[in-house]
Amino acid sequence: MTLLECRNIHKTYGHGVATVPAVRGVDMQLERGETLGLVGESGCGKTTLGRVIVGLNAPTSGKVVFDGEDVSGRLHEPEFRRRVQMVFQHPQSSLNPKFRVSTTLREPAILLTSMRNEELGQQIEQTLRLVGLGIEYQTRKPKQLSGGQLQRVAIARALMSSPDLIVLDEPTSSLDQSIRSRIIALLKDIQERRQVSYLFISHDLSTVRKIAHRVAVMYLGRIVEVSETEALFNDPQHPYTQALLSAVPSIDPDDRSERIILRGETPSPTALPVGCSFQDRCELVHARCRVEAPLLQETGPARHVECFAVQ
Amino acid sequence: MTGEGIADPGELPPARFVVDRVHVTEEKSRTRRALSFMRSNPLFSIGLGLLIAFVGMAIIGPFLVGDPLLTNPAGMFSPPSADHWFGTDEYGRDVFARSVNAARLDLSIGLAIALVAMTIGSTIGVVSGYFGGRTDEIIMRLTDILLAFPGFVLALIIVAALAESLLNVVMAVAAAYVPYFIRLTRAQALVEREKEYVDAARLAGNRPLRVAFRHVMPNSLGPALVSATLVTGWAVLTVAGLAFLSVGIQPPTAEWGVMVGEGAGDIITGEWWTSLFPGGMIVLAVMAFHFIGDDLTESRT
Repeated sequence: MTLLECRNIHKTYGHGVATVPAVRGVDMQLERGETLGLVGESGCGKTTLGRVIVGLNAPTSGKVVFDGEDVSGRLHEPEFRRRVQMVFQHPQSSLNPKFRVSTTLREPAILLTSMRNEELGQQIEQTLRLVGLGIEYQTRKPKQLSGGQLQRVAIARALMSSPDLIVLDEPTSSLDQSIRSRIIALLKDIQERRQVSYLFISHDLSTVRKIAHRVAVMYLGRIVEVSETEALFNDPQHPYTQALLSAVPSIDPDDRSERIILRGETPSPTALPVGCSFQDRCELVHARCRVEAPLLQETGPARHVECFAVQ
Repeated sequence: MTGEGIADPGELPPARFVVDRVHVTEEKSRTRRALSFMRSNPLFSIGLGLLIAFVGMAIIGPFLVGDPLLTNPAGMFSPPSADHWFGTDEYGRDVFARSVNAARLDLSIGLAIALVAMTIGSTIGVVSGYFGGRTDEIIMRLTDILLAFPGFVLALIIVAALAESLLNVVMAVAAAYVPYFIRLTRAQALVEREKEYVDAARLAGNRPLRVAFRHVMPNSLGPALVSATLVTGWAVLTVAGLAFLSVGIQPPTAEWGVMVGEGAGDIITGEWWTSLFPGGMIVLAVMAFHFIGDDLTESRT
């Protein structure tokens, strides 16, 4: 059952001549209890898309439909707010430095749920245990916690209102490797217990492979390929996905697969070429790509690719 | 043939580790740590010493000295002596008793002004910095207008326009320092509002005003709190300056500015002590706050 649907979302920053299209027409669906990985290089618009979905930014055009209701840019819609939460990239700055952990956790529960007093206290303790922190952490301040602990608190805060969807914006990219895998294991465990959906935004493909059921690949504000995770990693179809995957270092010493080095630079989002935005860096480019932009089309079971050469 | 100076590696003496000096850090005693801190922060230490002296004077001083308003026609203009350390003035009042009593009044007023100015200024500054846009534009232009007047002149105008009372002096001088706190807090709020905890607060269900005052403001007060020390000193100077001009606090109140104003004429006739001692108090008090405030401001940046 579809929990979240994005319908032709555009988000443009700036006014007049100096506009930057960060997201250029994104369609996607997210199912209940599913994890959708959203990958792409820095600046491709994945964070902006995440912010539009949770309502921190309003889309320039298009709709965010959550559980059948249009919630585009409706940050303060109470039921939507309770059900959709977010975890940020930098745990050091995503917690109010003046607040103790208990205050940070209490706030969403007070403001978004009817929980009070004992019930609230129990919920805080239960959530802290769920994220693997003891109840003694309640009285700590952010300065007294490590990066991994801070991120656990941030996850706990997102869980306090019992949401159905959590947007995770690079939740592990500022953590070191050992803590990263523990946070991933924790997120999977929480998903199993709470049936929560994740939109997992990351540029780290190996992390996404561990947690996502499906993966969407973003390039310059558009989703160029969506597929089941294993299918995508075993058989990437879009030339950009192929290049992206070939850049992941392999731990197999016999792996001699060739690394695809992309030519040129990512075009500036303020001066996009006519036709396919990937044309100047693509191996498979032909005349049609220079005049017409391809659209996302089904190329196989649960798989959509935005490329003429593949379609 | 090898060139001169290039030695064959074989000729080098075998490498060995030479222990030149061994530093053993001893637990420094508390006194020694305090002394070394004072050596590296001399101005701060002087300021702190002076401040402690002034606060002590303000709290217990009035109980130890005589009545600052007690006149003695028989003993007017007596020079500093063992009985009257700072001498007596034209009414025979003890200048030392008056100076010590004035410390309580001047420091309280200075502190009150700094607190009032900081509370109002920071509140407006947070609104300006966090909400930005048109609100910020209007607040900043109004602040510019206020800043165009020198603080002293602005305070002078306001006190002159209001009825003369202690409360009005505090409000007038505070108003002169409000723009300063608006700017300081606004600048910090602009930094804070970009941090992720602010977005997280919005997602936790906080409405805009609650985000501004509950989340952004406590984290934006640092620079204002530090500068409040500086402003306390400046406020003491401003209040005394106004009193010297017979604006605000009036005679016979024991206040440094009033005393300097009353005693200024005595210098010509040789009674230098009636104005020099209260004047010196002003200098030392302003210096104390300035040294501390300056050091705190620097260590923040």
